[in-house]
Amino acid sequence: MDTLVVLKMVPDIVEELTLAADGRGLDRNQARMILNESDDHALEEALLLKERHGGKVTVLALDAPELDEALFAALAKGADRAVKVTGAAEGLGTRQAAAVLGQALEREQGLKPVDLILTGVQAIDDLDGLLAPLLAHLLGLPFLGIVNQVSVDGSARKAIATKECPAGFQARFEVDLPAVLGIQSAEKMPRYVPVGKVRAAMKSRTIELLPAPPAGEAALVAPELLRMKKPEEAGHAEFLEGSLDEVSEKLCEILSDRGLM
Amino acid sequence: MGSDIWVVAERWRGQISEVTHEALALGRELADASHAKLTAVLLGSGGGERAELLGDADLVLCLDHPSLDEFVPAVYAEALSPLVADREPRCVLIPLTNLSLGLESLLAARIGAPAVTSCKDLRIVDGGLQARCVLYGGKIEATLQVPGPTAILGLLPGVRPAAAGTPTSEVEVEVIPVSLPEALKVRFEENLEPEVGDVDITRQDVLVAVGRGLMDKENLARAEGLAELLSGAVCGSRPTIDQGWLPLSRQVGKSGLTVKPKLYLALGISGAPEHMEGVRGAGLIVAVNTDRQAPIFQVAHYGIVADVLDLMPELAAAIEGRKGAASHG
Repeated sequence: MDTLVVLKMVPDIVEELTLAADGRGLDRNQARMILNESDDHALEEALLLKERHGGKVTVLALDAPELDEALFAALAKGADRAVKVTGAAEGLGTRQAAAVLGQALEREQGLKPVDLILTGVQAIDDLDGLLAPLLAHLLGLPFLGIVNQVSVDGSARKAIATKECPAGFQARFEVDLPAVLGIQSAEKMPRYVPVGKVRAAMKSRTIELLPAPPAGEAALVAPELLRMKKPEEAGHAEFLEGSLDEVSEKLCEILSDRGLM
Repeated sequence: MGSDIWVVAERWRGQISEVTHEALALGRELADASHAKLTAVLLGSGGGERAELLGDADLVLCLDHPSLDEFVPAVYAEALSPLVADREPRCVLIPLTNLSLGLESLLAARIGAPAVTSCKDLRIVDGGLQARCVLYGGKIEATLQVPGPTAILGLLPGVRPAAAGTPTSEVEVEVIPVSLPEALKVRFEENLEPEVGDVDITRQDVLVAVGRGLMDKENLARAEGLAELLSGAVCGSRPTIDQGWLPLSRQVGKSGLTVKPKLYLALGISGAPEHMEGVRGAGLIVAVNTDRQAPIFQVAHYGIVADVLDLMPELAAAIEGRKGAASHG
């Protein structure tokens, strides 16, 4: 039961985001990069499957700032192999990123075949498509997204996956393997790894480097980004200002006027 | 280049979803602006009988096949791609939900067309199609020029009011037979009902909603205390459920429930689109967050910039004070 997990670094949106001078992207020097949240869940699901069924977990990512630390953390958590695709242009759209990763998977010895490819269901900077379905298409594999539970039969020929549906419903699917699954959340919260273990991994483990292959034609059809901006203030909330007890009193007044107290 | 506007209808548990009518309302604006036809595409068996529910379109294409009764993006993409490639509409609008997510990418990849996800609005500008998208959890908006001949566009819920769609028997219907492989690689097995919670948050007049800003499960008691003072219940955004602070039955948003309380008091919730989707029907939204730029303040009626952990005790004291005064007066 071999699993490949595709990881992506994204800006931490808890921090203030700064736009680049040309207004066509974020100022990447200002942004603190973290692992895309649902990718962390995809990694956790892969590690849970490894604990149950054995096999290997490989993590694969396009080079990005602060990626090495995320890859060493994945190794410290239990991944067997970490591969970094280097030399691709920075800030690629998802469509192009999928094309580069798809080519890398086809070319690099030992990355395929795998039984399962997991990645986060979406990333906060997706604009021109989602990685999991795009990779599935390029590799000719079945796809299911918004998955929150995966189990695999003994022969690793099919998976039972549960996905989220509207109104709190879920749905169960059977998927032929190999397949690409977009993970929304793992069965458990992603495990914590102490900094000491990550440091130890940095000393004892290596990240394999793989030069980026050309993306090919799939990357040519892209919408053109005209501009980015912070949302307008229109329809903005009326702010209650003052000390904590003043704003509390003002809010009580509002609720009371509306019969909500 | 084709000029027609298509909308992929979403059918779930026998009903046409509200987002379908929202997408049709936006599609109508685009079709009128470019003198084009608005087409709804309905997948599943017996679609012809339901086509009248999509009377806000000029034409309903029914892709008739029992394997399309459940909305499975991988199967829908297989059924739709030959038809889209053949008829070349200007764009295919897909309301993005937990059912449809991924269809936009699969369909675009299959026919070699561009895709745009998370569209908040679409407009025809100088004869070209422009999309306004939301990314980075609602903190940034991007405007994109969408090339043709055909583009696949994923829409966020709420692009237009759904009321614009009206059933009529006048709509033109075309039933299209579909051939799909007998052995599908992704097979729907069954729907699983939501777990029943102790409180039905969809029926509460007052909801105190907590998010990451609550910091720790230990602080939940304070939010519960506030909810009790306001005769309401506590609910939460996705991270609070993932962290195990609250059960799934208390989750509001795309993956959880849609609520319509008279008061939604959002404590430490940033207001990502996935969460706000579940709150659109709330009467009054009051948000408390340390970040004045948090997207929730675009939607909230009133905002307080504060740490919820500092505000909660003050607010509880203020409410108690008023209640005390009222009972003594």
